[in-house]
Amino acid sequence: MNVIVEREKGLLELEQRINDLKAINDQQRALRTGEGAVEGVDFSNEIRMLEEKYASLQREIFGNLTAWQKVHMARHPMRPRSTSYIAALDEFVELHGDRAFRDDPAVIGGMGKLGGRRVMVLAQQKGRDTKENVHRNFGMVHPEGYRKGLRLMRMAEKFGLPIISYIDTSGADPGIGAEERGQSEAIAQCILQLTKVRVPVVASVIGEGGSGGALAFGVADTIIMLEHSIFSIASPEGCAAILWKDAGKAEEAATRLKLTAGDLLALGIIDEIVPEPMGGAHRDAEGTVAALLRAQGRALDALRAMPLERLLAQRYAKYRRIGTWQADGERLVRGVP
Amino acid sequence: MPSVTDWLRGFKGRHERREPGLWVKCPGCAEMLYRKDLELNLLVCPKCAHHFRMPAADRIASLIDGEFHEIAAELSPRDPLNWADVKTYPQKLAADREKSGVLEAVLAGFGTMGGFEIGLAVMDFFFRGGTMGAVVGEKVALLFEESARRGVPAVVFTASGGARMEEGLIALMQMAKTSAALARLQEARLPYICVLTDPTTGGVSASFAFDADVIIAEPKAVIGFAGRRVIEQTIRQRLPDDFQTAEFLVEHGHADMVVERGRIKAQLIQLLELLHPTGRREEMVS
Repeated sequence: MNVIVEREKGLLELEQRINDLKAINDQQRALRTGEGAVEGVDFSNEIRMLEEKYASLQREIFGNLTAWQKVHMARHPMRPRSTSYIAALDEFVELHGDRAFRDDPAVIGGMGKLGGRRVMVLAQQKGRDTKENVHRNFGMVHPEGYRKGLRLMRMAEKFGLPIISYIDTSGADPGIGAEERGQSEAIAQCILQLTKVRVPVVASVIGEGGSGGALAFGVADTIIMLEHSIFSIASPEGCAAILWKDAGKAEEAATRLKLTAGDLLALGIIDEIVPEPMGGAHRDAEGTVAALLRAQGRALDALRAMPLERLLAQRYAKYRRIGTWQADGERLVRGVP
Repeated sequence: MPSVTDWLRGFKGRHERREPGLWVKCPGCAEMLYRKDLELNLLVCPKCAHHFRMPAADRIASLIDGEFHEIAAELSPRDPLNWADVKTYPQKLAADREKSGVLEAVLAGFGTMGGFEIGLAVMDFFFRGGTMGAVVGEKVALLFEESARRGVPAVVFTASGGARMEEGLIALMQMAKTSAALARLQEARLPYICVLTDPTTGGVSASFAFDADVIIAEPKAVIGFAGRRVIEQTIRQRLPDDFQTAEFLVEHGHADMVVERGRIKAQLIQLLELLHPTGRREEMVS
């Protein structure tokens, strides 16, 4: 059960009551002021009280989301999907298939324009309802989806199209067919290609960034995350099952994994956070989409202003320096405390 | 000239390891094996050819002819997330150092094999299940960079449960770090051969392991992206026994060959002769 969906139920009911009351109030006002006016009832005070209650409840629920709540916000069924962002591009031509096995509906790829800039789009796509989720495999990509992505990365380089990617997957598909068709190799090739592709790359995590399956489209010059999206080495549930041997520890795992946008900005792994409206991206999908597209456009402009060789050197250096260690091996080797 | 055996003796002298028992029961045929005999046979059961998991230092000693010059030997992990589950990350690291006799899940360095100077990295499953954190990523990346700089081929033996969860997304990003360094070796047109040993999964299989020019697998090694248990839970059925084995991989076109442990060195040398004939220095052949 999604904890955000549960928590926002009361809020949505309150919102409905306020709207109903406002409608009644408007009718009453019409009665009072129209021709043949009668003495109507004025609910303005009640509405104001409810609105204050609404605002305080909203702050209470969304003002300071925990890591675990953000996990659920990132998975919210109404959250804007990759298609929401793609639909807001100036234009888009979808390209299908890996030229070897089939077209993977969990990946949407193609060329388009973002604020007048030509781009190659790589996107992981979850469904909006059960029917679409079955079609999209819940956003879990198969090897052929990654190979479609790889094909488009190479094409982007050939024709000088900067790459923008949208990350939204619980992870790569863990199934028999995926293993038979080489899931590891497909992901490995995407990661390697993105480390060296000779065009700017801007990745945006819009929901769930699940492990290697997300990273396959997530190696980039600039990584943007929506405020309540997550990017994690493993799902908190999976991590809890493996390290605690207790799925009930998922909430603690979520906190410890440092998977929120704020954590990852502090760790120096991502570059920018795009704020979400109070209540999450789905409460103002249009505004969120516009804000992210603006951030992507700014990032692209900054990257395109750099000489290509410098851009590639900077990308290399950025990944090369992720991670720290201590050089006290000698001490540990000799067992000196 | 000092030999790799001297290196191994020195390594084991510096890195104390909890002494294993004298007798080992073979999981393949249930035979009781005398450990010394097993070690003389490269940890392959003389009765049923079961391949036991091999510590990294012993593997290096079985491949390199002369000296082995380890790189970044002194690196050991920090605790970037201040991690604790039922134990803290530093507690787990200390316990594994004692158990495995290594400081991290990979040893890397340079040496000569059959007259070829090679960069060699060997993962050690006995340390944190061979998982990749910042140190493993750094050592593997250094190996690729330094191999490219020296103009020599790279050989990597993998054994890994994937990216190391206790280092969170920093560990996941090592997939990108190692791949970026590997791209430089590829650019230099130098061969990279990967030998997949039991087990190779997750973040290691989905990065530098499967980007190799030639992929060799040890018999019956378990190799795949997702763990067997995860797949079984997802599809709610039992998987066939040979699923994700080395043989399964070759059958499905994801590895070039299955080679038993005793023949791997000869196979590597033959491949290097064909891929990189100029790399051989005849005077080095003993």
